[in-house]
Amino acid sequence: MLSAWGPITMGLAVGTLTRAHLLRVDYRMYPTYPHGWVTHLALGLVAAFLGAVAVPALAAREFTAVTFLALAAQQFREVRAAERESLAALEASERVPRGADYVEGIARVFEARNYLAMLTALVASSLTHFLGLSAGLLGGGAALVLAGGLRRGKQVGDVAVVRPARLRFERSLLYVDDVMIMAVGLRESREYLLRHGRGVILEPRDAAARATLATLGQRQAIAHDAAAAVGLRKDFGTPEFTPLVRLDLDTGRTGLCIVPTNPDINALLEGVRRTPLLESSRRLPLEVGR
Amino acid sequence: MKTAPLHTILAVVTLRHDAVGGGAPIFYANDEAERERIATYLSRILDAMVHDLENGTYILVKH
Repeated sequence: MLSAWGPITMGLAVGTLTRAHLLRVDYRMYPTYPHGWVTHLALGLVAAFLGAVAVPALAAREFTAVTFLALAAQQFREVRAAERESLAALEASERVPRGADYVEGIARVFEARNYLAMLTALVASSLTHFLGLSAGLLGGGAALVLAGGLRRGKQVGDVAVVRPARLRFERSLLYVDDVMIMAVGLRESREYLLRHGRGVILEPRDAAARATLATLGQRQAIAHDAAAAVGLRKDFGTPEFTPLVRLDLDTGRTGLCIVPTNPDINALLEGVRRTPLLESSRRLPLEVGR
Repeated sequence: MKTAPLHTILAVVTLRHDAVGGGAPIFYANDEAERERIATYLSRILDAMVHDLENGTYILVKH
């Protein structure tokens, strides 16, 4: 049996690596880089340490050490609250807000990933403690890969066919294909929308996807991520250029209209496809066989 | 930044004196170009959306 430091070091390393592996800054710039990134890495280190010391402490008959795990849970719940608060505070100055569901989803993910770091650290340190260094390395590596699998949740592209669509006006009503988006009174704005606007249609693949896409939270998230992907031509005083996601009540098809700075339709489609399916917006309606 | 109550009519811009009345400020325009111009100014100032009621009247609504 190794001294306590072997398992602790192994757990610490695997746990921190897990957190780092799950921490990625992409075009959405969230978590913010570099300071948000550093904060979460540091918290991951703390989580990994807590996970890593649990088993060696128990083996040394230090049962009080386990109470620290409860303390950790409390701590990480606060991570979620802090994350939610700071994102909610920024909502007012976002041109396209994320919406409450997206904010809650992000906060939840940050909390959960600390637990994941703690869990992989626990696995690695206990394996090292009981079975030796190589078992710890192997098991820790496996835990890391498993946790890494949770990095990418389901995305909009998984449940809906996302394709480009034509913008058109019927009198003052703006349509994407046959999904009505909004009423635009100003002629100049109508011309601008036709010239620079882009339309996307999302066709849900099944009833569950249709119900999910119908939630306001999911649609707001799509609008936000689409704007993050291709930019936005919109300022104060031009509410008609706000990206909107609207529903066709008869078919469940969903239309997005956006006025991007980057006219590349493929970047827009990819941005929509990569929008995370929000946990709090997921619906699974009952399907009773006839 | 909340500047006005949402989903209320902030202003009415119309060509028809006989068609509108009530609580919101009403701006009368002499022709379509003037109506378009007034509505544009008001939209930019109030950050409000212009909707065409198609009876000669535009309304400005904050969404």
